[in-house]
Amino acid sequence: MASSDGATARADHQRSRGLAPFLRSQMRNIAPFLTLIFLSGFFAIASPSFATIDNVGNILTQVSVTGIIAVGLTFVILCAEIDLSIASIANVTGIAVAYFTLQESYVNIANVPMPGIVAILLALALCALLGLVNALGLTMIGIPSFIMTLAMMQIAAGVSALLVRGQIAYKVPPLITTLGSGSIGGIPWIVIVAAVMLLGGHLVLTYTRFGRYVYMVGGNREAAEFAGLNVKLILGSVMVISAVCSGIGGMLGVAHFGSAQQNEFDTYLLDSIAAVVVGGTSLFGGRGGIGNTIVGLFVLGVLNNGLDHVNIDSFLKILIRGLILLAALIINVYAQRLREQAAD
Amino acid sequence: MTQGRSAILELHQITKAFGGVEALRGVDFALHAGEIHGLVGENGAGKSTLMKIIAGVHPEFSGRFMLDGKETRFRSTRDAHAAGIGMVHQELSVAPDLTVAENVFLGNQPTNRLGFVQWRRMAREAGEQLARFGIDVDPMTRLGDLPIGLQQLIEIARVLFSGARIIILDEPTSALSPPEVERLFATLHKLRDEGTSIVFISHFIEDILRVSDVVTVFRNGRKIAETASADTTKGALIEAMIGRGGEALEHSYTDDLMLPQSSAGAAVLKVDQLSLRRSLQDVSFEARSGEVLGIYGFMGCGQLELSRILFGKLRPDGGTLAVDGAAKRFRSTAAARRAGVALVPESRRAMLFHQEPVYKNISISILERISALLLKPVRERAIAQRQVEQLQIRPPVVGLDLGMLSGGNQQKVALAKWLAYPPRVLVLCEPTRGMDVGAKNDVINIVRDLRAKGLAIIVLSTEPETVLSLADRILVLKRGAVVREFAGEAVSKDRLLEAA
Repeated sequence: MASSDGATARADHQRSRGLAPFLRSQMRNIAPFLTLIFLSGFFAIASPSFATIDNVGNILTQVSVTGIIAVGLTFVILCAEIDLSIASIANVTGIAVAYFTLQESYVNIANVPMPGIVAILLALALCALLGLVNALGLTMIGIPSFIMTLAMMQIAAGVSALLVRGQIAYKVPPLITTLGSGSIGGIPWIVIVAAVMLLGGHLVLTYTRFGRYVYMVGGNREAAEFAGLNVKLILGSVMVISAVCSGIGGMLGVAHFGSAQQNEFDTYLLDSIAAVVVGGTSLFGGRGGIGNTIVGLFVLGVLNNGLDHVNIDSFLKILIRGLILLAALIINVYAQRLREQAAD
Repeated sequence: MTQGRSAILELHQITKAFGGVEALRGVDFALHAGEIHGLVGENGAGKSTLMKIIAGVHPEFSGRFMLDGKETRFRSTRDAHAAGIGMVHQELSVAPDLTVAENVFLGNQPTNRLGFVQWRRMAREAGEQLARFGIDVDPMTRLGDLPIGLQQLIEIARVLFSGARIIILDEPTSALSPPEVERLFATLHKLRDEGTSIVFISHFIEDILRVSDVVTVFRNGRKIAETASADTTKGALIEAMIGRGGEALEHSYTDDLMLPQSSAGAAVLKVDQLSLRRSLQDVSFEARSGEVLGIYGFMGCGQLELSRILFGKLRPDGGTLAVDGAAKRFRSTAAARRAGVALVPESRRAMLFHQEPVYKNISISILERISALLLKPVRERAIAQRQVEQLQIRPPVVGLDLGMLSGGNQQKVALAKWLAYPPRVLVLCEPTRGMDVGAKNDVINIVRDLRAKGLAIIVLSTEPETVLSLADRILVLKRGAVVREFAGEAVSKDRLLEAA
């Protein structure tokens, strides 16, 4: 037993070789969190209106749609793939749910009114179908996800354009209206939906077999295949999950904004990718999770909101956001490298 | 013989170590102008290491390096190239997305005075060079669209016609068809007669004897013998390669070993007339319960492809595969796993999750069985712990990241993954490669235990020792075809090498 005890001791020693290697290996989780604390502290000092209960509520509401879309995107990025069609799919799903709802007579859209629940189900089916096309293109034909979803971005935008033909629709089913713009006990429903979906995503990734497979496929796709996992099925599933999350975000977003129209969600593509990556989920797959995405959402939310509270050239804001994103990408790549060094 | 002429390349007492392990120990080597020098030796005997020193791949070594009678040191492959030394490496190193012409002129494309590439001239000259070599292809086709053998020929052609005066060919014929080999030999003889010096490394001893003027034998990093090709035989070379007597530390398998009379159970896996493009031709065999089937062959003989077909990663062009009498067409590795086939590939990087803890690496194969939807981490860890103890994986901590384990222990984790499953047919590729003696013995014992439990085990290896130490029955694979079966008879390392 002596040798085995020695080995155990060595293992324990390796695990607690000191704080530095541990911090290095946790860099991707720590850096975004420090960024969040730093930004919050900065804006709290710079503007008296920033650190108020009301404003925290604002931030939560502002990040909700991004948060809902980012849930699915987290799955995709964990698998070392990308989905560029999220914003377009959100847009077309939001438009579809309005298309199947009776609009006021002054809205000049040839819409097909359905009962509310049917409209919702049809819209969900549409986004699931578009996700399935992404999935088949990626796994069966072998188109890289970057290109496949770039095509889907155009396709979904095209369907949106055909449905609204340059017009604006306002009505969506009552359920969607409530979830998108209503609130309960002072808390907006859309924040609750986002929280529930983020929690759900976290539970799936952490506690289910499917979640484990997502991490394994992202960590080493070849090894996953050699372990007899159905890699294509898992990749296909995350593409569908991403599309459905985007669709839900799109429907609630339409209700939240009060209108459904072309190009309404364009900024959400970059915001969602930024939230996931700024949070520290590895672009190389297998590392990160919903926890990271939540931190990333808040970093972006605090930044966007805080820049409105301080007196700053509104055109400069765009540049600042870009720089923050670049910094996060650099950290993302370095965190991967540091972790690999820590493992050696 | 070539003693009359002076050597253009002379190496004295070359020693080279990789991390404490000596790959070359005090080797002398001389190459003369207009000579084809064959090198033979087992895997790891030091042939490739010596050639890489000559080609400037390994700039660090001790000993004297004389080129044209002057002491020289190459700092890089560029230096060697500038000195007129060209090498074709064992692994294909071409740019598949470039055209044939670009590959032929890789690194020295003809340009005009402004630095623009002269495409037409390049295509014409590439076409002429390849035609001299008997290759008739459009120089502007994408190289990757050509068959592997042709790609290898083009890579060889690039080096042969680069104007190098010393050419090193490391296993150049593994992917070539017999007529292609003939063309290569004819060209080599022509170049030799023009004064070029050529080093030719091959596992195919007949090829060495046919093409070379002088043969040098390596064993365990030492030069064992150098003779004129005309004065030796295949048997004598094999004997020199593996050595007799007390030199080897491990069981050397030089003496005859009796394979057991067939006492194995029913056939679990049956493969019939399997073929895959240029890799496999009409391979048929069966793997039986309670038996270890060894499949031996040189690198590039089709083993790799065969193992991938058995596990559903590659699909054969023809032939059938049956598990327990039921014909199977695996559409994915998941399908193969469900049918009871498991594969441990030769590369640890390809089969393990280095950033994940040991227990996740082990439990991945059985998650489907132990959890319908939710993970059961406690159970996962318990199952992994049992495997870790059974296989004596060190350290026995299932929560440790896999990357912290030594190579031998990682290999055991890869086995543990499937032992927890367990499959009906276990396919092992190079199960003991790069292991120390202790870890090797552990793996041998594990495989014997599994055999006793009634698994059908297939061991594929390019090392005769691995196959001999494990197998009850041995197939020899040569250029994609089964050329010999050893069953219930005497077998030894030389007999295996003789057959391959």
